[in-house]
Amino acid sequence: MKDRTLTRRIVADRIFQVVVVFLSFCSILPMFFILFFISKNGISSISWNFLTRLPAPVGETGGGIANAIVGSALLILLASVVAVPLGILTGIYLAEYRKDKFSYLSRLSVEILMGTPSIVIGIIAYVWVVKPIGSFSALSGGVALGIMMLPVIVMSTEETLKLMPDSLKEASLALGVSYPRTIMKVILPAGLSGIVTGMLLSVARIAGETAPLLFTAFGSPFMAANVFKPVSSLPLTVFNYATSPYPEWHALAWGASFVLLVFVLALNLIAKLGMRKWKVQF
Amino acid sequence: MESPVLAVDHFSAGFDTNQVLKDIDLLIEKNRITAIMGPSGCGKTTLIRCINRMHELIPSARVSGKILLDNEDIFDMDAIIVRRKIGMVFQRPNPFPTMSIYDNVIAGYNLNGIRISKGDRDRIVEESLKKAALWDEVKDALHRRGTFLSGGQQQRLCIARALAMNPEILLLDEPTSALDPKSTAHIEELVVQLKSAVTIIQVTHNIPQAARISDYTAFIYLGELVEFGPTEKLFTVPKDKRTEEYLTGKFG
Repeated sequence: MKDRTLTRRIVADRIFQVVVVFLSFCSILPMFFILFFISKNGISSISWNFLTRLPAPVGETGGGIANAIVGSALLILLASVVAVPLGILTGIYLAEYRKDKFSYLSRLSVEILMGTPSIVIGIIAYVWVVKPIGSFSALSGGVALGIMMLPVIVMSTEETLKLMPDSLKEASLALGVSYPRTIMKVILPAGLSGIVTGMLLSVARIAGETAPLLFTAFGSPFMAANVFKPVSSLPLTVFNYATSPYPEWHALAWGASFVLLVFVLALNLIAKLGMRKWKVQF
Repeated sequence: MESPVLAVDHFSAGFDTNQVLKDIDLLIEKNRITAIMGPSGCGKTTLIRCINRMHELIPSARVSGKILLDNEDIFDMDAIIVRRKIGMVFQRPNPFPTMSIYDNVIAGYNLNGIRISKGDRDRIVEESLKKAALWDEVKDALHRRGTFLSGGQQQRLCIARALAMNPEILLLDEPTSALDPKSTAHIEELVVQLKSAVTIIQVTHNIPQAARISDYTAFIYLGELVEFGPTEKLFTVPKDKRTEEYLTGKFG
């Protein structure tokens, strides 16, 4: 009798383990399929010309996605200029004044912003920037992406700073260091790895955004030179080329997808490794 | 008492409706070690934190009465100035994790934006580490992180950091409570050596420690100053029954 229940338990244990491992395997499968297909179809397009040339006119072979790469870089830069300082300062406020009524309201707003569909943010950027300026522009795309970055940076900064021990702040204040200097010179440096990680992840998040760019950055076959003119970006290029009727353009779309994927993957890996390596030990 | 450098005068403190300290009067003599002892929760840490206004970090904290540093009320002074004149070392060692040993010692200058020459910096770092009896152990590793040191070394680093600012008074909040016996003995020895340079107020719940190192002892119980006097007298002929009971281990 005793032996039987024991055997049953061991068997149940085993079955449970097998099921859990199998289901975990299933959940990582799509990732590998995506990597496999994008690499298989995209890697053949990759060449020096592909990365450095502008798109060729319809009917001609060759041509590259330099406009999209530069456009994406420009958009990310513009978005970061908007979102990084604002996000870090807001994160400091939320972490330092946890009990303020206004901080409660801010945190709620940031959470709502986090869940706002990207297309809605695109519309807002259209109304705020595109309409007053009168044309699609890199600037409006940057604003849209900046708004998407903001909550990620705020939340990662807040979470990082909340984990800082109070003893750190006390050590600084007890030396007669003013509160702002304590924040800027002691607390922020100690939390730098977490904040930088948050920034990298937020860049990874916006790098693949297409929807808010459809009616802001809009896309352009030319090299970006002016923030008030439309620019292309990697996801926009993928979208435009993949929905076109020309097979050569489909190849370009695969190639652009591959570049985008590698970029986002690299950011995630750097963020993960950096988090471990630069972590401050207390 | 001949030259009180700090006078706590009818001082009360609390958080919201919770009264922690009631009408404390205390005179701290220059270049002496004053121990503040009492059971956990009696308010001794609150008192010492009020002395360099660290209690202000807690928004609900409120105080009444005066604390006079060289006859000037610290609550009329700028908190930043008070904290530069009255240094503090905490229960757990808290060196700055992002800084080297050298930068930790000089942090009071760097963080405050006080510009001094490289030569002066080197001198202050060396002197402070020597005063804190840490120089010989770290002189070859000044540019390593302070967090690689042992707990006792970290605590001496924190003492060096406080001494570098040349404070008039050094507050020690149970500086040995997180340390092993050997490091504790080391710190006690150090504290006794330091009194020629700086006035020391040390909080402790370790009765023998107060007896070993202090010149004066204050016994606080339930937020009241029960007894205050020269350590020898207080330990041998306590005036108050509660002091006697505490010293003989009847409560605490």
